[in-house]
Amino acid sequence: MTTLTQATGASAARDAGPRRTRSGLHIVPTLILIVGALYCVLPVLWIVIAATKTNDELFSTPPFLPEFNGGFWTNMQALFTYNNGIFGRWALNSVIYAIGGGILSTAVAGAAGYALGKYRFVGSKWIFRLIVAAVLLPQIMLAIPQFLLLAKFGMTNNYASVILPQLVSPFAIYLCKIYAEASVPDEIMEAARIDGGSEWRIFWSVGSRLMMPALVTVFLLQFIGIWNNFLLPFVMINNDQLYPLTLGLYGLMIITGGQAAQYSIVIAGVLVSIVPLAILFLSLQRYWKIDLISGGVKI
Amino acid sequence: MAVIGDSTASTPPTPTRGSASRAPVGTAAEPHRRPRRKRGSLLPVLLVAPAVILLLLFTIAPAIYAVILSFLQVKVGGGLLGGGGTVEVFAGFANYVSTLVDPEFWASLGRMLIVAVIGVPLTIVLSTVFALCLDAKRTRLVGFTRLAIFLPYAVPGVVASLLWGFMYLPATSPIGGQVIDYFGSTGIFFSVANVAVWGVVGFNMVILYTAVRSLPKDLFEAAELDGASELQIALRVKLPLIAPAITMVALFSIIGALQLFNEPTTLKPLANAISSTWVPLMRVYTDAFVNNSIYEGAATSFILIIMTVAATVLVNVIGRRIARRETK
Repeated sequence: MTTLTQATGASAARDAGPRRTRSGLHIVPTLILIVGALYCVLPVLWIVIAATKTNDELFSTPPFLPEFNGGFWTNMQALFTYNNGIFGRWALNSVIYAIGGGILSTAVAGAAGYALGKYRFVGSKWIFRLIVAAVLLPQIMLAIPQFLLLAKFGMTNNYASVILPQLVSPFAIYLCKIYAEASVPDEIMEAARIDGGSEWRIFWSVGSRLMMPALVTVFLLQFIGIWNNFLLPFVMINNDQLYPLTLGLYGLMIITGGQAAQYSIVIAGVLVSIVPLAILFLSLQRYWKIDLISGGVKI
Repeated sequence: MAVIGDSTASTPPTPTRGSASRAPVGTAAEPHRRPRRKRGSLLPVLLVAPAVILLLLFTIAPAIYAVILSFLQVKVGGGLLGGGGTVEVFAGFANYVSTLVDPEFWASLGRMLIVAVIGVPLTIVLSTVFALCLDAKRTRLVGFTRLAIFLPYAVPGVVASLLWGFMYLPATSPIGGQVIDYFGSTGIFFSVANVAVWGVVGFNMVILYTAVRSLPKDLFEAAELDGASELQIALRVKLPLIAPAITMVALFSIIGALQLFNEPTTLKPLANAISSTWVPLMRVYTDAFVNNSIYEGAATSFILIIMTVAATVLVNVIGRRIARRETK
């Protein structure tokens, strides 16, 4: 942290220049942001440190100092060998749910958004109204009704029961529609038609490419939404071989809840489920177009 | 939803140049606003079909099914045939009444509101302050702090709850859990709200930061020439202009609060203060899966859905009114 404060101090001094009227006041925003960053990062840092400790050390050593007595490897080994390595299976399931559901729901939203944004056909207005209305329906609250309906047809407790209800996101369709309207010019479609391109080719090789920024954003939003989802798999799945990470860790906590002796396994599990996603996600950050979400479409 | 209203209003008009050159051919200007479907191309219908089918099957149908269930009740058949099987019979509003007269339902709603009253303003204020700080002129470490504050968004709610659970737990707490009772009858509301705020503040900050960044720069330059300080520009110029985005953040937060489930459910094994009906959605789950009374669970779900839609509409109306007043 010292390097950080030094860096701020140095750059502030460099910047101060001739107009230094209210001296020092301008570092206030930076200080606020540093406090905010600490609030957000310290818990994650603490879990990294806690994961280096054996169960005994967890309760006896200073909380913000790591231990190097092999606790980290012991914990990881305990985590990945727990119940015949079921933790790895949970991680794989999460990847399947999030990538499978993410790709499919992006395709559904992209296609529907393009059709609603660039064509007018019988019922298109009503379909769009239906979708706007569905944005208001809270998806999480539908999880239990979705379970009740699928259970009636014996369709619960498999991968499809978690993926299918998350395939259609009214908000994603809405984003794709406004993006298609703004980013796929009629002139280009018209020109492609004159050149003899079929409507399908125009969609596939012109429309979908021009919509790529929106599609990437929708994919990432859906990926994270599905990865983080808890209630839907919680109600749909009762076979622990099909659990995603969130449900698996919750189950682990329930099982080990009473016994402090098992905390280090859960802590290791928390660490393993945060780090890969955080890295992936922060490295992809520049590909997001979050301004899409905040309403104004700017290209 | 503010976005919807704004963006449909600002649907980009097709360029005038294009339609002007085509004007002599067309009879009226109207049909050229959008390309008409070309000799009944089926493509748009095919493209929109999967979304519509999925929407009907997995959103509309479950909602309708829940409404139907909410009006049913199970009666043990029996009588002369002596079958003893159960039959579903129409129950009228009985399930709704039994939910609405249950003090525990109102208590769960009250607990949810307490968490919301702590968490929602905190989320809005923090994300707005962070966004304005990021945009302030001489702020340093913008890239690092923005990334750091955004980081918790990548942490699933369940995992965040376990993480904070260990931070609160007296045996492992690095933040004074030995002295402060994070799981006490009052503390628990702040503890749950904190986990929720921690998870969403970064995402909302990025939405608001994007909104501030898209404002025209010359507005601030004009204010600066008039001698306004950085703080005055932030509060008097930027803040009113991003009011619509703040409304949206408020909306997301309120809807999020109504759906509170993951955090209290995950903290429950650690905290005795959390009961199995602590918030309304936990009650629906308990009704449907623990007490096996799916009919009452369905009625409670439907009441919650109506409340969420009402809250959404209300926030949207208030937000628009504020935005309109600011622009005047």
